[in-house]
Amino acid sequence: MWAVAGAIAVYLAFASFTGGDRPSLKPESERHPAPDFALKDTSGATVKLSDYRGKVVLLNFWATWCAPCREEIPWFVDFEKEYQNRDFAVLGVSMDTRGWDVVRPYTERHKINYPVTLGDEGINTLYGGADALPVTFMIDRNGRIARTHVGVAGKHTYKQEILDLLAATESTE
Amino acid sequence: MIRNAIVVLFSICSISFAQGINALTIAASAPLRAKVGTTVDAKLPLQVLNGYHVQSNTPSDPYLIALKLTWNPGPLESTGVTYPKPQMEKYSFSETALSVFSGNFEVATKFKVPASAIPGPSAVTGKLRYQACNDNMCLPPKTIDVKLQVDIVR
Repeated sequence: MWAVAGAIAVYLAFASFTGGDRPSLKPESERHPAPDFALKDTSGATVKLSDYRGKVVLLNFWATWCAPCREEIPWFVDFEKEYQNRDFAVLGVSMDTRGWDVVRPYTERHKINYPVTLGDEGINTLYGGADALPVTFMIDRNGRIARTHVGVAGKHTYKQEILDLLAATESTE
Repeated sequence: MIRNAIVVLFSICSISFAQGINALTIAASAPLRAKVGTTVDAKLPLQVLNGYHVQSNTPSDPYLIALKLTWNPGPLESTGVTYPKPQMEKYSFSETALSVFSGNFEVATKFKVPASAIPGPSAVTGKLRYQACNDNMCLPPKTIDVKLQVDIVR
């Protein structure tokens, strides 16, 4: 029985992490809660994931040294502009160990229009897949993870998943 | 119970997915023969995992993390590290070519063997810092220990 469970887990892990570029959200019944966190953003304000309950959140782990991550950022800037009035938010978590000295100038230079926080071991542990970057979690209005992308997913994929999550109504649970 | 087991195993798989990848390894090399009072050249053979690259010693922009070899004080004195010519590679995620190393390459170090060096087997140790990516994602910067076996002779 454990062997079967293990095989399924390995399959699911690879399906999740190498799942290509197609938009695909987990059924609601299979979604797990996104762990809450509180981190400071570039302005010093505290960003708490739980404050975004009721919104669709694109939570992106990235770093300035990660060239693929940097490719995605202009897409997220566009999404923030396009959907911010539709209960949607992008949150960035930089995993730069060099800290604000490199992250703040990068966010300013690239006109990042959504909150960017500095990640630490705590959030890395909470979201146990952030050892390869980028990692992006699509979080539904109920604060549950509907999709995890490890690596660059296409802009279209993110966009379609955002639209699908926005179209879903918040459950009353 | 099975569902819980799947969740736990899924989490473990998630965590180990990237941590298990060593994108850069040091290949075996013969001990360096170092004659007292001379200078010797040592080559550190490196292998980048197929499908990955590491940023070169002169990365394409200041945000990228350079490959860097440093040596600790020891029986030999490093007088200079020489890196190979980087490859300029274009990747799907980047509009411009990046300065990288991939495949097999060597980093050379010139060592001075002091007159006071004690003959016999010894070792010099150091650190190699690098940051690796593939065409889709990057692994965190890593620093690995380097050890070069040396045979000091008169």
